[in-house]
Amino acid sequence: MNKKISNSFSNDQLLKFYEKMFLIRKFEEKAAQLYGAGKIGGFCHLYIGQEAVVIGILSSINSEDTVITAYRDHGHILARGVDPKSVMSELTGRKDGISKGKGGSMHMFSKANRFYGGHGIVGAQVPLGVGIGFAHKYRNEKKISRVYLGDGAMSNGQVFEAFNLASLWELPVLFIIENNKYGMGTSIGRSAAGNELFERATVFGIKGEKVDGMNFFTVSDAAIRARDYINNNSKPYIIEMDTYRFRGHSMSDPGLYRSKDEVNKMKEIDPVLMMKETLLKEYKLHEDSIKDIEIDIKKQIKDVEKFSLDSPLPEIKELFTEVYL
Amino acid sequence: MKILLPALSPTMETGNLVKWLVKEGDDVLSGDILAEIETDKATMELESPDDGKIEKILVKEGSENIIVNTEIALLSVEGEEIEEKIEKPIESSPPVILNGADTNTKENNISMGSLLKEQSNSLETKNWSEKEITMREALNQAIEEEMILDKDVFLLGEEVAEYDGAYKVTQGLLDKFGSKRVLDTPISEHGFTGLAIGAAMSGLKPICEFMTFNFSMQAIDQIVNSAAKSLYMSGGEINVPIVFRGPNGAAARVGAQHSQCFISWFSHIPGLLVVAPSNARDAKGLLKSSIRNPNPVVFLEHELLYKEKSNVPEENDFLIPIGKANLIKEGSDVTIIGFSMSVQRILNALPSIEKLGIKPDIIDLRSIKPLDEDLIYKSVKKTNRVVIVEDGWGNTSFGSHLSYLIQSNCFDYLDSEIIKVSGKDVPMPYAENLEKLALPNTDEITSAVKKVSYTN
Repeated sequence: MNKKISNSFSNDQLLKFYEKMFLIRKFEEKAAQLYGAGKIGGFCHLYIGQEAVVIGILSSINSEDTVITAYRDHGHILARGVDPKSVMSELTGRKDGISKGKGGSMHMFSKANRFYGGHGIVGAQVPLGVGIGFAHKYRNEKKISRVYLGDGAMSNGQVFEAFNLASLWELPVLFIIENNKYGMGTSIGRSAAGNELFERATVFGIKGEKVDGMNFFTVSDAAIRARDYINNNSKPYIIEMDTYRFRGHSMSDPGLYRSKDEVNKMKEIDPVLMMKETLLKEYKLHEDSIKDIEIDIKKQIKDVEKFSLDSPLPEIKELFTEVYL
Repeated sequence: MKILLPALSPTMETGNLVKWLVKEGDDVLSGDILAEIETDKATMELESPDDGKIEKILVKEGSENIIVNTEIALLSVEGEEIEEKIEKPIESSPPVILNGADTNTKENNISMGSLLKEQSNSLETKNWSEKEITMREALNQAIEEEMILDKDVFLLGEEVAEYDGAYKVTQGLLDKFGSKRVLDTPISEHGFTGLAIGAAMSGLKPICEFMTFNFSMQAIDQIVNSAAKSLYMSGGEINVPIVFRGPNGAAARVGAQHSQCFISWFSHIPGLLVVAPSNARDAKGLLKSSIRNPNPVVFLEHELLYKEKSNVPEENDFLIPIGKANLIKEGSDVTIIGFSMSVQRILNALPSIEKLGIKPDIIDLRSIKPLDEDLIYKSVKKTNRVVIVEDGWGNTSFGSHLSYLIQSNCFDYLDSEIIKVSGKDVPMPYAENLEKLALPNTDEITSAVKKVSYTN
């Protein structure tokens, strides 16, 4: 199923990537539970099903590189290494949240971890991410700005303005379309005319490709190809990830726009389970080493849950702080 | 593990358990569908939170109006006792009344941070070497000086480089700083504004020119949602040091889509600073302060003022603090408040006002946000009468808000209603006579002053 890949990660590295994927999965399942229990409010967009994308990309990232995404951002900020406790505490709206409880699920940032949000307006993060790439080039930094967007954003006008600018000014930007087939309840076939989504960027002279986004290894391969292309050519690149979200658009989505059969079929290629299978069968990793990781993560998530519920609400004075610097 | 009836929407309080899809003893995987729950909005599927075995079903299918968080089943998870629910109620905060329930007055504690602090030892007192130049030249000087002082400052916009600026404000800057720091953009306001904000988030200090602010509407989402709110919603992590600048308001005979004042729009938004100078000297000092400011600043110029001259210091440390109004004429009888072009209109009306024997305080606000409330209230408490002049539409306008602030802070001092002379609530007409009528004019200002002074 999963071909051996050209780039060779050590077993330890692969286990680390698996650990991150498993962390995101368990974190999101806990978030769903806490939402159900009324501990998390408002909108909560889960990343379950798409983990291979963010971790496959992570395998090509330098710690100095920058990342920006839209509102389905829990996986992205965890992948960047931000403490799950501060992420969960943001979801529960507490003082110890990464945004001090003032941002919420969709608005989390960490300069130290080169994560620039966390943006709630579909498409808006794309020009912003191109601007971050502009800053890299302006300062002669050897960094790449990785800009995630969904299939829904691919019909948003500013995204094309951003493609044009990124290509025109030869900015070090990797666009990553997470095509999970539905913009909220509207399937891609009902919202996007023409052929593949990534081809909409190629008309601006941006090279790109479509890859299997359910498989860590295919994502990682493409991510490394893209990184090398950008570094060698000083030009942007685009990857369309064929992926799927197993849960609703947000927690209150009954999912009537797609069939159970479709969802179940996609669950057969669950990216977390597939990665585990590959590590066991093809890389011959010991089952115990994976089990140990899983037990550790489950334990960690319990601590995260407790922390995020024990953390106090933000102080009242926070209402008026940080409007201006 | 206890399975509780989840809240499946932000507003759900109770639900109906339509159907169980598993029975006691079934093995389930995380994400498997356990039951169908009917919410206030739709029928939703309840998914298993973890891998395990259904130990017990506690609520029968068909049950209605089950309160959210009721235990409905027990799930035994491998390697885990049936755990205790983490039961820590969210401590609800007592209702807080924020300083008289009104968050719009000066006492509302919004920290303007370094905003006024750094600039408060104002420099107006120094002996400057001055030269009479136009506002256009003053703005150009401000940009040039700041670009020399700080390599993180760059300029982008339509026609700012090779064309020398649509209104020649940026003339010569490309030659001085090169195409890396002075960039012509495509006609993509939404895109290049977002790009500029992204660059500011990563620490650069862009000057983002709109050929006119009419075109900033294409980018208003980025200005409001990305630039203004990021500091707050990131808990102070991400600031956006950017200046949005360009001509604002009605120029002359350019019709409805190119003649509009956006002061009320931008000053409505928490997180934005709004500045609107009326003369060359203020334009230079305020633009330099704006470029140095760590917040997003909307810097509103006026095409008709670009050619106006005043004495402007040539030194590169000349700054005018944001948030300080200017009492440009001191009187005793009435306070007339304006900003940007409306200051000019007030000065045009001054001879006819003085002819009536009325001596006005004339305040040029310079900054709309933050507002120099101290100076305004001090003047109002002296004159007891107020006329506000604004070019923009009067409906839900900045002038309306200013009038509210004055009545709530100087209520006992007012001897008359406050009169607001605003632009008429119509799209700007093209015909010369109609355009003139659409904007505040000398007669309207004079009669407003007469009315608040009870003079015939």
